[in-house]
Amino acid sequence: MARSKTSYLVPLGIFIALAALLFYGLKLDPRKVPSPLVGQPVPSFELESLLEPGKTITSDILKGRMSLVNVWASWCPSCRQEHAELIRIARESDVQMVGFNWKDERPAALEMLRRYGDPYVLSVFDPDNKAGINWGVYGAPETFVVDAEGIIRHKRIGPIDRKVWEEEILPVVEQYRTKG
Amino acid sequence: MPRMPTFRAILAAAVLAWGSAIAYTLEEFQFESPAQEQEFRDLINKLRCLVCQNESLAGSQADLAQDLREEVYRMMQEGKAKDEIIEFLVARYGDFVLYQPPIKPSTYLLWFGPFLLVGVGGFLLLRALQRKKREPEPDLTGNERARIDQLLTQSLNQTLTQPPTSPGKHPGDAQDRSS
Repeated sequence: MARSKTSYLVPLGIFIALAALLFYGLKLDPRKVPSPLVGQPVPSFELESLLEPGKTITSDILKGRMSLVNVWASWCPSCRQEHAELIRIARESDVQMVGFNWKDERPAALEMLRRYGDPYVLSVFDPDNKAGINWGVYGAPETFVVDAEGIIRHKRIGPIDRKVWEEEILPVVEQYRTKG
Repeated sequence: MPRMPTFRAILAAAVLAWGSAIAYTLEEFQFESPAQEQEFRDLINKLRCLVCQNESLAGSQADLAQDLREEVYRMMQEGKAKDEIIEFLVARYGDFVLYQPPIKPSTYLLWFGPFLLVGVGGFLLLRALQRKKREPEPDLTGNERARIDQLLTQSLNQTLTQPPTSPGKHPGDAQDRSS
């Protein structure tokens, strides 16, 4: 019985392609929802300062310098884990570390900064998720890389460790650093 | 002996609990008309909870889901249309916030992929069947026919000379004895 090669090569080829696609899919993390805000200007906000109650901070602080806006909370264990790395980054790098305290309570948040250190030039206080929704925040920790013109260039979902800093965030910082 | 709750009582309790769980998420919101309430329900069923990602905003009890429901409600009270509210959330959270993925170039594979696979598989199957019809199995050669006759005779002789076996045999086997 005459049999052309294609009759078994084609299904085999399709199977291999499908298997490769699904195998690649296994590596993707569905919890990491990509942000449509990358490339957009930061959503403007007007929030109270965490450390100085009554003082208002606006999104203008993000203009003029490259910033890392770090969403954190005292109830978030991963935030505690990444805190040491944030302190190191704030000390060694010239990006400004801005804290975005999210859905938290002031005393607990202040206590966390007291115990684990404060890497932030300032922290804004968003207990009711008024501004968080505008940033597409859906969990903590999240970190936004914002360039000196106030454009969001990257969103990191999850804690930052040395590897993440060097492989994921630093390249973005270098790329959008204003020259001269 | 303590009185055991009847099955009906348990069932009633379960239905009530399930009903009130849904009522819990919606009761906090007041609507001016049933039409408005229906629109709200539609919206929160169409949107995904980003924390419990397999649940819609309607079903999820997560904190963020509560925030987003309140936001949707607030926008509805401001008079925003359904489309505007959806656009608002998609602009901030991306397409993933829609429970049903939109049909656009990046999701063509998702939507049409299964049909494509069935189509390709069906085509290959049809081709194989047609080929079978066009080229019938070649007839047995003389040698092969003789060999088959020999094997059949051998097995027939074996069956005839064997003592009857246990009653586990299928009824059809009895007909083997005809030659």
